[in-house]
Amino acid sequence: MRVYEVLFIVAPNIEESDIETLVTQLSDVATNQGAQVVKVDRMGRRRLAYPVGKFNDGHYVVLTIEGSGSEIAELERRMRVTDAVIRYITIRIDEDLKRAEKFRARRAARAAANAGSARSRRREAVIAAPDEEEDEEEEAEV
Amino acid sequence: MSSDQRDRRDDRGGRQGGQGGRRFIRARKSCRFCADKVDYIDYKDGRLLGSYVPERGKILPRRISGTCTAHQRMLATAIKRARNAAILPFAAD
Repeated sequence: MRVYEVLFIVAPNIEESDIETLVTQLSDVATNQGAQVVKVDRMGRRRLAYPVGKFNDGHYVVLTIEGSGSEIAELERRMRVTDAVIRYITIRIDEDLKRAEKFRARRAARAAANAGSARSRRREAVIAAPDEEEDEEEEAEV
Repeated sequence: MSSDQRDRRDDRGGRQGGQGGRRFIRARKSCRFCADKVDYIDYKDGRLLGSYVPERGKILPRRISGTCTAHQRMLATAIKRARNAAILPFAAD
């Protein structure tokens, strides 16, 4: 299972209610293809760093989708033919998230090791304590 | 920048003489992302990325920002993604 982040920019001249229907429409496309829309993030109207088409601002919407990848193709095809969508970007984030998780686990392990070896350094141990619990759980899973 | 001032204070003092005049040993600038324990740099965070993109729109090099290799790579990827999402400019005059 892969996790994707689909960001698209809706033209500023589109009504709020129409954006709502567009978002549900696009998430339905993904769901019908067997994917799961985990999160819908409406970032609201933002200024664009450079003009896209003839627009200087747009509504940013981010969909977090869990799926196999085939629904992304369909989704992109749909967005390409939708005039209201002036820009879209899809990014696969599962590998990045996994890497971030690994870093976090490694840091927690190190904090735990420090706390264990240097009991005299009480202050550090207290600071590291909340991380430590988390880490023990992670190790148990592995 | 305030980091400049800090660096000067952290200088371990210039050495007089030696070959070719003064030599300053400058304290190593530290990676802000390491200090903040950042694992993933989000390309949607325009404000954060903007601080690593000077006026011209180019990516600030490591030798100036002090960012570590791993984080600089993450940062560069994030900036490039943000450019495609019109969050950051490709080039500004």
